[in-house]
Amino acid sequence: MLEIKNINVHFGVIHALKGVSLTVNEGEIVTLIGANGAGKTTTLRTVSGLKKPTDGQILLEGKDIISSSPQDRVLMGISQAPEGRRVFSAMTVLENLELGAYLRRDKKEIAKDLEKVYNHFPILADRKKQLAGTLSGGEQQMLAIGRAMMSRPRILLLDEPSMGLAPLFVQEIFNIIRDINKAGTTILLVEQNASMALQIANRAYVMETGSIVLSGTGSELMQSDDIKKAYLGG
Amino acid sequence: MEQLFQQIINGISLGSIYALIALGYTMVYGIIKLINFAHSDIYMLGAFIGYFSMTTLKLGFIPSLFLSMLFCTIIGVVIEKVAYKPLRNATRIAVLITAIGVSLFIEYTTMAIAGAGVRAYPQMTGFLTGAYRLGSVNITVHQIVIVSITIILMVSLQFIVKKTRIGKAMRAVSLDRDAAELMGINVDTTISFTFALGSALAGAAGILVGLYYNSINPLMGMLPGIKAFVAAVFGGIGIIPGAMIGGYFIGIVEVLVSGYSNSLYRDGVVFAILILVLIIKPTGLLGKNSREKV
Ligand SMILES: Nc1ncnc2c1ncn2[C@@H]1O[C@H](COP(=O)(O)OP(=O)(O)OP(=O)(O)O)[C@@H](O)[C@H]1O
Ligand SMILES: [Mg+2]
Repeated sequence: MLEIKNINVHFGVIHALKGVSLTVNEGEIVTLIGANGAGKTTTLRTVSGLKKPTDGQILLEGKDIISSSPQDRVLMGISQAPEGRRVFSAMTVLENLELGAYLRRDKKEIAKDLEKVYNHFPILADRKKQLAGTLSGGEQQMLAIGRAMMSRPRILLLDEPSMGLAPLFVQEIFNIIRDINKAGTTILLVEQNASMALQIANRAYVMETGSIVLSGTGSELMQSDDIKKAYLGG
Repeated sequence: MEQLFQQIINGISLGSIYALIALGYTMVYGIIKLINFAHSDIYMLGAFIGYFSMTTLKLGFIPSLFLSMLFCTIIGVVIEKVAYKPLRNATRIAVLITAIGVSLFIEYTTMAIAGAGVRAYPQMTGFLTGAYRLGSVNITVHQIVIVSITIILMVSLQFIVKKTRIGKAMRAVSLDRDAAELMGINVDTTISFTFALGSALAGAAGILVGLYYNSINPLMGMLPGIKAFVAAVFGGIGIIPGAMIGGYFIGIVEVLVSGYSNSLYRDGVVFAILILVLIIKPTGLLGKNSREKV
């Protein structure tokens, strides 16, 4: 479904992505793991069109989307819950979710999707009139994911959804990610929490200083000694 | 006591004008973090368009109001496209200096076209003249017109910002531009729309101030522009209700100071307020100290 081919990204003289290639097939959960500063967020921002790569291709269903605007990419079915949640703090939970459906006009279907989001995250239904900035960190993460679902994406990009969350919450978020995937949304998941990510992922890529250094199925990588040492704490 | 009421009524009409200008400053600041120095000149253009509309074109007051709002909307959008948009990723100081350049350009172009002299605003006729007395307090129809038009415009603005799709986009872009883009919001369109709204309000303020002071000139934007900016800072820059409150506050203070002490102090007091706000609560009356959750 999504194919990143040999992209290079620079920030001035910093060469942040060095010929990165990765593929996400329809229906999969693919995870991208790696240490701080490896280039995971940059990869997702490039897929969403917030950062222009120096060269390389990004194909969605075989069509190159490099020159498409971020808006067009949302319309084509790419949606992202960014790193650090980035909810609209001075707007209500409901307004945040409505903004997720900004480009849609099908009111009835939007209402259905809102119900779906509330089913995944019942707490958001209770808090819909509350300002997003007053939610707890975990609730904000749920809102960020729910908001990203409101565009009815075909592929959902999640950037460190477990960041800063208590272990119990992390488990819950991962369960929900799996549910969203089962309901038919393809997922590209960036994580620092490698063990959790590898457990739910069909396939995984490991990134180090701007390059993909390893890839395989989730269980293959969990067995790999390098991964155990570097990311799984032994 | 009556004199106090009288002053407050006068202050409210002057404050309406400051509030309308302050809204444009605050919305533009909210969305691109720019103090748009050219904003006060859009207000001045609004006054001139109103003047020519009522004298040369012989249109009535209300059609002239719409004409100056429309003209200012277009000018505001053009300025953004031509002068600020190319600098979207430049440093803030570069954009600020550009804004000062745009301001001077508008002032001196207007002087070249319309002359540097002061013009008397056309006398109002028909329903726009006269006054009512409540006890010994005098309320002119001009004041009623200024305040009612301001309230209608503010209510419309609140409706647009709170309820409409583009209004929600404006708030989203102000809060987090990248996240707004991820929602599929077109940031450029939204910024243009913000300039359009702010400039329309400035245009309205321009024609209303003609009713208040009866005279206009190409440099008339400077002082009210700075005061409206102070009003925006007082209320909390970037916060729409803050600009409204700030505008009325500055207007009333200014009139009270001129009424009860030496009118030479009135401009000084406004700046004293600015300094006090910056010392006591730099985020303004309604501003929150920015905080982030981890
Ligand atoms: N806007 C920017 N300007 C300059 N350099 C940047 C910018 N954004 C990212 N970088 C650099 O690009 C590299 C990759 O950063 P990126 O945020 O993609 O890492 P990451 O893998 O998401 O890290 P983390 O796990 O800490 O979120 C880093 O060296 C970072 O310093
Ligand atoms: Mg990151």
